[in-house]
Amino acid sequence: MTQYIIRRLLYSLPLLMGVNILTFVLFFVVNSPGDMARMQLGQKHVTEQSIANWKQQHGYDVPLLWNSDAQGEKKITDTIFYQKSVGLFLFRFGVSDSGRNIGADIKERAWPSLAVALPTLIVGLLVNICFALLMVLFRNSYLEHAGIVLCVILMSISSLFYIIGGQFFIGKILRLVPISGYDDGMAAIKFLILPVLIGVFSGIGSGARWYRTLFLEEVEKDYVRTARAKGLSETQTLFQHVLPNAMIPILTGVVVVLPLLFMGSLIMESFFSIPGLGSYTIDAINSQDFAIVRAMVFLGSVLYVIGLLLTDISYTLVDPRVRLS
Amino acid sequence: MTLLLMSSLLSMKMQTCKARVLVLMLSVIFWAASYSCAAWASAQPNNPYPEDEDKQVILYESFSERPKHMDPAVAYSSNEYAFIAQIYEPPFQYHYLKRPYQVVPLTATRMPEVIYLNQKGDKLEQGANDNDIAFTDYMIEIQHGIRYQPHPALATNTQGDYEYHQLSTAQIKAATSLNDFNITGSRELTAEDYVYQIKRLAHPKIQSPIAEIMKNYIVGFDNFSRQVKDKPKTAIRNLPIAGVTALSRYQYRIRIKGKYPQFIYWLAMPFFSPMPWEADVFYDQAGLADKNITLDWFPIGTGPYLMAENNPNRRMILLKNPLFHLETYPTEGEPEDKQKGLLTDAGKQLPFIDKVVFMLEKETIPYWTKFLQGYYDASGIASDSFDQAIQFTGSGGVALTPTLLEKGIQLQTSVTTSSFYMGFNMLDATVGGATEQARKLRQAIAIAVDYEEFISIFMNGRGVAAQGVLPPGIYGFAESKEGINPYIYDWLDGKAQRKKIDAARQLMAEAGYAGGIDPKTKEALILYFDTTATSVDDRPRMNWYRKQFEKLGIKLVIRATDYNRFQEKMRTGNAQLFVWGWNADYPDPENFFFLLYGANSKVQYGGENAANYHNPEFDRLFEQMRNMDNSEQRYRIIQQLQEIARHDAPWIFGFHPKNFALFHSWYKNLKPNLMANNQLKYTRIDTAARAEKRQQWNEPVFWPLVLGGVVFVLMLIPAVNAYRRRVKETKR
Repeated sequence: MTQYIIRRLLYSLPLLMGVNILTFVLFFVVNSPGDMARMQLGQKHVTEQSIANWKQQHGYDVPLLWNSDAQGEKKITDTIFYQKSVGLFLFRFGVSDSGRNIGADIKERAWPSLAVALPTLIVGLLVNICFALLMVLFRNSYLEHAGIVLCVILMSISSLFYIIGGQFFIGKILRLVPISGYDDGMAAIKFLILPVLIGVFSGIGSGARWYRTLFLEEVEKDYVRTARAKGLSETQTLFQHVLPNAMIPILTGVVVVLPLLFMGSLIMESFFSIPGLGSYTIDAINSQDFAIVRAMVFLGSVLYVIGLLLTDISYTLVDPRVRLS
Repeated sequence: MTLLLMSSLLSMKMQTCKARVLVLMLSVIFWAASYSCAAWASAQPNNPYPEDEDKQVILYESFSERPKHMDPAVAYSSNEYAFIAQIYEPPFQYHYLKRPYQVVPLTATRMPEVIYLNQKGDKLEQGANDNDIAFTDYMIEIQHGIRYQPHPALATNTQGDYEYHQLSTAQIKAATSLNDFNITGSRELTAEDYVYQIKRLAHPKIQSPIAEIMKNYIVGFDNFSRQVKDKPKTAIRNLPIAGVTALSRYQYRIRIKGKYPQFIYWLAMPFFSPMPWEADVFYDQAGLADKNITLDWFPIGTGPYLMAENNPNRRMILLKNPLFHLETYPTEGEPEDKQKGLLTDAGKQLPFIDKVVFMLEKETIPYWTKFLQGYYDASGIASDSFDQAIQFTGSGGVALTPTLLEKGIQLQTSVTTSSFYMGFNMLDATVGGATEQARKLRQAIAIAVDYEEFISIFMNGRGVAAQGVLPPGIYGFAESKEGINPYIYDWLDGKAQRKKIDAARQLMAEAGYAGGIDPKTKEALILYFDTTATSVDDRPRMNWYRKQFEKLGIKLVIRATDYNRFQEKMRTGNAQLFVWGWNADYPDPENFFFLLYGANSKVQYGGENAANYHNPEFDRLFEQMRNMDNSEQRYRIIQQLQEIARHDAPWIFGFHPKNFALFHSWYKNLKPNLMANNQLKYTRIDTAARAEKRQQWNEPVFWPLVLGGVVFVLMLIPAVNAYRRRVKETKR
């Protein structure tokens, strides 16, 4: 398995390089370093000299991909692409175009993102599984039909509506929790209740329906019939036999998103003023801060690769028949 | 919980047992809910701040965009000034209450002594001919005994050596924030610190946005800039700059080229605040920047507040500077200020507030709700909440809605010192140029584009239609009939009335475009409007513009593009029509008329004259006016400039936005001051009233939760019955 992991990690290098090149090309097709300088310097009293100074200070005064004026390997190394990209592979994200250290910002902002995403994932998983099991338990009854209709309704509503509706009803009308904000340590809990609740609730529709499908597939299998024939109750059958077997696709689905939990939620963080990485990325795009955009895209790719690798490994853990080679 | 509930319900065997368990569970839920309600009701569960802050003198404000810079040499945006203007102190400031805006000493002992010099450096008499003045000296004397806020950069040990100027790798590694450097120190403010800051403005590595402007004024600025180009920031301390000299510990001189009366306004901006050299030495140590510990994020000033927490991702906190020098609330103001209670605190020591908390709030809905709940002390009015806050009275005025009045909220309105206009590219073959035909076309369009309607539809009435280049509040702005644009408006029934569209059509005919038909193509004249308005939300505005042009038979083509492409078009002169705006740097007409000065043409010189307007007579008058002190003669020249701009119509004068701000009843000493950014020190909060109102407005409502819980449990009963039936059937 170690060999497999090493091989997969090596495969990811050209992939990450490709993502990096693509981000670079897409960004600079739209923006020139001069555009970025103007964006950062504001609208007043911006002269060509101040733009030249900005570019020189931020390392954007060399060619993008190929420096024909340089000699030897400097034709490649004295370029914006090389100077801005190599550090990424060592997780040195550098300084943002507005002057802040990106690595320090990422470290600081990853935790609030995780503080929202992790409880949302765990609570959501429990609620969705329970709801799905209930639907399976009462399959072919009016309760199951009502459950499916409810799921479809919940799926049809925009997540924005849940956020605004939740803030209005729980934060404004009932006044039970702060409508937005964040704090350190345990003081963060009261700020997390509402976004987690909304995150869980907005995911019930799709999540429960997906798990219901998995459980229904399982309950038709022979071992379930055998369990029933042995005289186990329906509850025992579901919880002791169906649930563990259905956990394989559930677990692998969850493991793949685990690393990405650090990346945060764009809308949720913005509405609840949670200082996470989701809002960091959005702000960077809006202010055309290429250094941050590049770092976040790279980080997202790395985490996704790790997620896929973890998924493969988790297969072997939950299903002994699977062997990585 | 759900799993437990479900399995316990499903394992019930007997009817009586089921009833008992149900009753038990409902009782537990009820008592748990009641207990929670009782515990929460005593406090305010929706309070986003720690409870112990309730009685403290803390002002709560918000910010929607994180400030980029806190270095006074670099910061230039209003969202940055909201912080640094409370921390740094330039030698001068604007009087808080007096109008028109008046510059008064802040750290200076008095207004600067202004000395005019000829080319040889000989002193000239006051009132000397402008042409004879080669240089102007500003002699500034600062107060004794002003001290910097406590800061690690100024901390010294018993030997008098700086504690943190030579940090070890371990110390840097251990630090995560400025607060990790426990020892702080202070020292007296000196004239040398002001000189040092001006040198910083000149250093290319600092990238001050006003460096290029100051090269034109401060003697030796440009040379110094070139001299230090490749030197580290810390090297500038011992290098002299020709035009700026510390004459003594408390006096310094700035020598500028020629005469530039507006320079005094620059001296009231944070750019010219003092900076101790120790700050650069401390922050420039390798490794600190990697932890975002930089001068750009952790200021060091002499002002009423110091930055205690700088987390632009979440919260910024200002604390009262314990070493703040004696400054008192103004004892004079406008005649009606006393009646309004604005002089109640006259003579009292500033500041009144101990702590200011700025919370990051990106979305308007939570921001507005928190304001209504009393968790923000002040608020702007977003378009989403405008109808909830404002109603129009029968006479066309504005008033607060009954809900807000009931809460005792105060409304403050003020016309900003900004101008928004639709510009014509004067280099364009169709709409530009000085020909009679083009001028009449521009005037016709100016009549047709009804900005009163625009303000009403798109700005909820929050604006004033512009009559000329100057906004209200700037010297030279004329009121009533004298101040209207006679080419666009008539003075009827005591107010300005936009001319009828027939007048515009007549002008179109005279321009050779009768009925909007272009004689060259025999079809409707096509004009191009370049804009950055690309979103769906902008579509109604763009359609509105199209309709305004359709009144004249002109077909308006909207060329929406992103900001960078738009800027490029403007730089290269490829735009035809565009919308632009300007916010005053300082309250002087020069800061607006220079937007039409030929030598500032954007295409030719990269300046701020986006319309590329050039009129020799206008330029001559502008050059004459810009160096004059305010006087009757200057006023007359300003009116001449207005007349030329109105006649030539390089702009369609759009509007001056009106600020609407809301403040709770406990917010005191409120007076809009569009020039001063350091108003926080004058603000006072009645904390007892705030605590009482917050308690009153934020009582939690629990019964829907309890009801929901009960309904949920009741809904489980038929489910359990159904399950039990199924189990029985299976067994059979």
